[in-house]
Amino acid sequence: MALLAAAIVLLIILFLVWETLPILQSIGLARFFNDSSWHPTSEEFNLLPMLWGTLLVTVGAVLIATPLGIASAIFCHYYAPRAIANLYRRLVELLAGIPSVVYGFWGLVVLVPIIGRIRPPGASLLAGILILTLMILPTITLVADASLTSVPPEYLRGCAAMGLGRWATVHGVVLPAASSGLLTGVILGTGRAIGETMAVLMVCGNVVQTPKNVFEPVRTLTANIALEMAYATGHHRAALFVSGLVLMVIVFVLVIAAELLNRGRIYV
Amino acid sequence: MSKNSPTPGQEDELQLTSTLKRAVTRSLPLWISSLQPAELLPTVILWAVATVVTGALLWLLSDVFWHGTGQISWEFLTTSPSNAGRDGGIAPIVVSTSLIVGVCMAVSVPLGLGTAVLLAEFASNSSGLGQLVRLSLDVLAGVPSIVFGLFGNAFFCKTLGLGFSILSGGLTLACMVLPILIRSTQEGFRAVPEDYRRCAAALGISRTAILWELLLPAAMPGVTVGLLLGLGRALSETAALIFTSGYVDRMPESLFDSGRALSIHIYDLAMNVSGGEPHAYATALVLVGFLVLINGTTSWLAERFRQSKIFVL
Repeated sequence: MALLAAAIVLLIILFLVWETLPILQSIGLARFFNDSSWHPTSEEFNLLPMLWGTLLVTVGAVLIATPLGIASAIFCHYYAPRAIANLYRRLVELLAGIPSVVYGFWGLVVLVPIIGRIRPPGASLLAGILILTLMILPTITLVADASLTSVPPEYLRGCAAMGLGRWATVHGVVLPAASSGLLTGVILGTGRAIGETMAVLMVCGNVVQTPKNVFEPVRTLTANIALEMAYATGHHRAALFVSGLVLMVIVFVLVIAAELLNRGRIYV
Repeated sequence: MSKNSPTPGQEDELQLTSTLKRAVTRSLPLWISSLQPAELLPTVILWAVATVVTGALLWLLSDVFWHGTGQISWEFLTTSPSNAGRDGGIAPIVVSTSLIVGVCMAVSVPLGLGTAVLLAEFASNSSGLGQLVRLSLDVLAGVPSIVFGLFGNAFFCKTLGLGFSILSGGLTLACMVLPILIRSTQEGFRAVPEDYRRCAAALGISRTAILWELLLPAAMPGVTVGLLLGLGRALSETAALIFTSGYVDRMPESLFDSGRALSIHIYDLAMNVSGGEPHAYATALVLVGFLVLINGTTSWLAERFRQSKIFVL
């Protein structure tokens, strides 16, 4: 019974490998990076544009959401009056529970037209980055909030005794003390951003290309699966499972990294 | 990411921390020092960040709320969609969603509860088994939902031959919510004071009886929180359901019928149906309404859970 979770993980990996095995044997891994383009129906399987899409959207969102999320947590803990801090925390918790499809829908009807007015077509890398930022912000904020709570009170007493200002306390003592927890939050946020499908699918435009600037549409690995799975057969279907396997590997690495970082202090 | 519930000793420390924080934020020398440029700039920046973030979040919520309320009526909730969802309502979609979530909870709750009991009461956390299960749960919690969709499609739909059905969707979701359920339930069991177990053991009560009569009732708040969190996750999931429970928007006749979930309805109306936006807004409001209700109950329960040291049986 307790091994159920482990069994499900194994089963998922098993099925992903099982479905990808035929294509890996007949075509090989190299062609997913060397082919001239992504035209799976005519046996061309270049995943690189989608990998770039995933990478750029994720990195952009994490770069924006990390400072905002950590700043939000610091704001709640050390700057805001208690009532405002509680309200703010409630709001962030609420946002953490909003489904991704609602974020995507809002992005599609509100954000994309606004970006489109600046530079058409609107559905772009930038829209994806902004929506993802909004989505992973609650994750980063809540984990950062928890790790700030666990900063030993003696540290704060020490700072107060030395007459340190608020920012000096936060910057010089609290942030270094909580750094591993903060980093865990960022890693969790990154994992969420990489795996996000619906929101990105709805606002990114889904053109298979390596974008040259933030206003160009992109397609991510996850969006690619969601778009093509419905009609994919044979090698095409297997190729989609390969992208699933790639995602799984990335997430696996992130989870191990988070595990090594905090040895489970945050969750358990 | 559930919060640790403090043991009595920690509780005092926490109390002290918050008193201290208040003292720090109110003390006079700090007030004066906060007017120095090195202190003032971060203060301004942090308030600005909080304002911007609040603004963005409120913008999203109010937008969904304003556009959604105009569309929602009793009729919208009780009629079938017509004209690809532009007209009519969402009755079959609500029914399919509840069935999918129902299957998911019916499968995952007993499994999750059993695993959590085993982990919390019968296996030590540092043992090989505990470590392995914890790592698997971490991985499982991090697997992208679309990968769950792929897995569900390959395993439940193809290998087990369930096809695109409510059952496949529910079972796929069950795999997804399992880590959440196990985590919170485990928290619930950890929070039961050690004394309870010792007293019961001293009275010579059997382990099974301790579990059923004492630990389970005492851990109930944690279990309930986990249940609601899982419910919220299942309700808001889209990507895992597209290739497992399918798109069909008719009223489902059995669990083997394909059924469309609320979140997929929103996606479909927004992306594939021109002029579907008003009803997408309305559906989004219904979904968000459900989730706010669930999350509100969860945080209210969790709060009570943290505050009460002695559990009401």
